[in-house]
Amino acid sequence: MPRYSQLYDAILKGDLKTAVSTTQEALAKGADPENLVAESMVPAMDEVGRRFEANEYFVPELMIAARAMKGALEILRPLLTQKGAKPTGRIVIGTVKGDLHDIGKNLVASMLEGGGFEVIDLGINVSPQQFVEAVKRTNAEMVGLSALLTTTMPSMRTIVQAFKDAGLRDRVKIMIGGAPITQEYANEIGADAFGENARTAVTLARQLMGVC
Amino acid sequence: MHSLMERLLAQGTVVTDGAWGTQLQARGLADGECPDAWNLSHPDQVEAVARDYVEAGSQVILTNTFRANRLTLAGYGLAEQVRAINRRGAEISKRAAAGRARVFASIGPSGKMLFTGEVTEEDWLAAFAEQAEALAEGGADGFVVETLSDPAEARIAVQAARRTGLPVVGSLVFDSGKEKDRTMMGTTPEQAAAELAEAGADAVGANCGLGIAGYVPICRRLRRAVDLPVWIKANAGLPALVNGRTVYATRPEEFAGYVPALIDAGASFIGSCCGTGPEFIRAIRKELSR
Repeated sequence: MPRYSQLYDAILKGDLKTAVSTTQEALAKGADPENLVAESMVPAMDEVGRRFEANEYFVPELMIAARAMKGALEILRPLLTQKGAKPTGRIVIGTVKGDLHDIGKNLVASMLEGGGFEVIDLGINVSPQQFVEAVKRTNAEMVGLSALLTTTMPSMRTIVQAFKDAGLRDRVKIMIGGAPITQEYANEIGADAFGENARTAVTLARQLMGVC
Repeated sequence: MHSLMERLLAQGTVVTDGAWGTQLQARGLADGECPDAWNLSHPDQVEAVARDYVEAGSQVILTNTFRANRLTLAGYGLAEQVRAINRRGAEISKRAAAGRARVFASIGPSGKMLFTGEVTEEDWLAAFAEQAEALAEGGADGFVVETLSDPAEARIAVQAARRTGLPVVGSLVFDSGKEKDRTMMGTTPEQAAAELAEAGADAVGANCGLGIAGYVPICRRLRRAVDLPVWIKANAGLPALVNGRTVYATRPEEFAGYVPALIDAGASFIGSCCGTGPEFIRAIRKELSR
């Protein structure tokens, strides 16, 4: 049972206003920010992910829950930074070159943020070079690639190669996903993980960061 | 009912067309290139796709304008070409039809979601109205608002297209949920049909999706939900990449085998979607003539 069930419920229901106000109230009562995140907020997003995977939640429910989570996190982040708490991990994410589909990628980005990751979203139609440069610039430990089209998914192989060429392949974990993507394809191109949906993406990202 | 819809349906089941994107790729459209831009750069190739469908027996053909709303074209840096791409798209299909088929111009989703704040209802209305107007100028006989997941966006697109006075079909994608009978947004066929009917759609439908088998019960539910003709345009199953080539699961004859079940479920317009070509339309015609 989460300690602050009102906060847990607000995130689960995607109620941004209540999520923000209950976070402020809890802080005023002396709650520890790290505890709020670990005991109420992350479990709420885990439940959101579970419901999405179980087809009880759809895209709108997931997006508003992620928005409520983000709202509460924004209040806590300065306090967490003050205490020296680090984000779970830093991930550069984007839809590959030639592909303009951003809904799936946005879902994954929202869920990762909800899971405590720092997400650097490069948007759509992102070139291999842009991915490599973003990792150099931000020191991200992970890269998330999205593609909806069978015609654009081969670009993922090029991106994996671009990280090898830049001598960065050992420094980053590469996670891929999208409608036509399979585990087989991830193995074939040498990606580190394949996420079937937004929830698995978070689980896998945690595993890759060794924080599960 | 709109008089054009009445005339079309008086002939019995109306055969529509198949995919455009995969057909253009077969004609050299490069990966990542905007297919709709070919209306300006490769009009002959686009017309050849349309003509193949007319010759295969399509009574209604669509247009190569699926992405040609301002919001989507902006992603390709083509926002200033909205009018030209749509006008040309309608003209090309009309010329290919040469009076042998009707042209229902394709209006696809914006790819933007309301609740993320990246777009407003006003943006949608303006973008779809602009597109519909240009398509009407190019000579479209009607519209199909297709492949949408969000009933709110579909409602606005249908309303925008209706301003032209031409008939409008509203068609959503049902591929989510436990039974794969909901849109990505969780909308059921009943909710979709009600929303589209309220927006003034002249027909309701389902397209793309996860293949034709699942669209038989969806067709029945749409037909029962509202007193409007039903439009079904399923794809050939989900694509897989085999040895670097895209392969779709369903073959034309297998696809056409579902036609009697679709008619029984109340479909008035039948065609096919991603991964299909003129051979699917021929197979559907053959099945109908049996």
